[in-house]
Amino acid sequence: MRYDALIIGAGMSGLGAGIRLAQAGKRVLILERHYLWGGLNSFYKRGGRRFDTGLHALTNYVPRGTAGAPLTRILRQLRIPYDAWKLAPQRRSRTAMRVRGETLRLEYSNDFELMRSEIARLFPAEVGGFDALCRALPAYDLGNTAVFERSARAELARFFRDPLLIEMLLVAPMFYGSASEHDMSWGDFGVLFRSIHLEGMARPEDGIRGVLDTLLERFRAEGGELRLRCDVAAIVHDAGRVRGVRLASGEELEAERVFSSAGLLETRALLGGAALADGATAGRMSFLETCSVLSAAPAELGHDATIVFFCDGERLHYERPEAPVDARSGVITCPSNYLSSAPPEESVVRVTCPANHERWLGLDDGAYAAQKERAVEAMLDAASVFAFDPRPHTVFRDAFTPRTIERFTGHRGGAVYGSATKLRDGATGIEGLHVIGTDQGLVGVVGALLSGISIVNATMLRPVEGAR
Amino acid sequence: MNHEEIVIAIKDIIATIAPDEDVSALQMAPKLRDQIELDSMDFLDIVMELRKRYGVQVPEEDYGQLATLQGCVDYLGPKLESKKLVLTALKG
Repeated sequence: MRYDALIIGAGMSGLGAGIRLAQAGKRVLILERHYLWGGLNSFYKRGGRRFDTGLHALTNYVPRGTAGAPLTRILRQLRIPYDAWKLAPQRRSRTAMRVRGETLRLEYSNDFELMRSEIARLFPAEVGGFDALCRALPAYDLGNTAVFERSARAELARFFRDPLLIEMLLVAPMFYGSASEHDMSWGDFGVLFRSIHLEGMARPEDGIRGVLDTLLERFRAEGGELRLRCDVAAIVHDAGRVRGVRLASGEELEAERVFSSAGLLETRALLGGAALADGATAGRMSFLETCSVLSAAPAELGHDATIVFFCDGERLHYERPEAPVDARSGVITCPSNYLSSAPPEESVVRVTCPANHERWLGLDDGAYAAQKERAVEAMLDAASVFAFDPRPHTVFRDAFTPRTIERFTGHRGGAVYGSATKLRDGATGIEGLHVIGTDQGLVGVVGALLSGISIVNATMLRPVEGAR
Repeated sequence: MNHEEIVIAIKDIIATIAPDEDVSALQMAPKLRDQIELDSMDFLDIVMELRKRYGVQVPEEDYGQLATLQGCVDYLGPKLESKKLVLTALKG
């Protein structure tokens, strides 16, 4: 049995890559360890309810017909109609920072003018710098790796005098995609700032489930094969060329190419000691997320913001905390605060904060549950300051920890955004083996799909220049 | 396929790869990319669909022939003469 391509992982990047290959008539098989597809962006059931994992918002939102934007490009490349995901735009979101007892609120929406006017209101002397920043933002370009060597903090300091504004502008991009602590690369800042602010945020009306169904339908309609509960034990290679994979069951599958979305270190482990990205270490950023099901809509409780990125103090501590969780900064999300014609039947609010993976290991069930309870209380205290207190209205509550994330995504250390080392061109040094997804360097639903698509396009499919 | 059918065949391929574009009003002479949003990757998809549906290989040096609908008819006419029209997007 020989495939043109094998894909490790049925997350967004694997599905994107798989659809492109199947459309091109390639024989392609996706291997997924879990019984569900979606990877980081999946869902689970608890207490008779379905909870999304990962998805807060679909960033990169642009209106129908916008040419050349990541969202419209991936939809085109995957042949998915714009309406398929029923995207409901955000109402408005904000970055809230508490400094010396006073909370500064920088609001934004899918209308970029709002953000600009907010900068003018809060930091009147910095508007010129803000405009210059927007003009200078690096565009995403697989070939331009230099921008990923530069520091976002250092670049931002060239545009702004007020360090507080720099911190405020970093909160959302860091929380929505930085694998590194304290600072992110200028290139990643550009990608994320564009995806959140210059483009925008929306929510698929049926949550992540609708997106996952569309992708799998497309993949199958083009003849792609998916095996669930199928664990890859090793990537088989010799003489610097990939040959296929060996499954945990012992079965061997041969292929011309292998695309791995398992992550950089995880892929290296599957190679059995072959050198790949020497010096790369596991990512340190993981999160605790709690989800409260409410008896009333947040808007009825006086909270109509879609997403609140918050930071207590004038310095953002985006880092692995010493404690199990650090509730000084994080994200508060309300899926019912999107402009939807069919809002979710039950409202939920989700709070997400940096967490220390190691502190969630080696606990017995009782200690784990007690620690989770304490951590969640601290996060809900923060939510009360920066949004509202969901506790009096909560009918059901759940949380997942870095340990849960590691178990379900296979990302070491529960590192949601992967290793701080990225392989921007996907090349591994082993011919025919390519890294896609988080550790290629694009995150989010649209970013990960684009990652799988671009690496496949660059390696197995070639664009047609003559007809332009 | 006759020439009218080739036009339908190409429109069907475009409607398949670009489900949000309206192909009904496409004109014969102007470049396709001036009438609807198509980039170089989209042309690759058109070539891939021609191969999948009709077994027609378009060598890279001939890609330029597909820039207009008229160009498609002229270039693909002899290659598609004995083939039957396949519709996926414009059915019904």
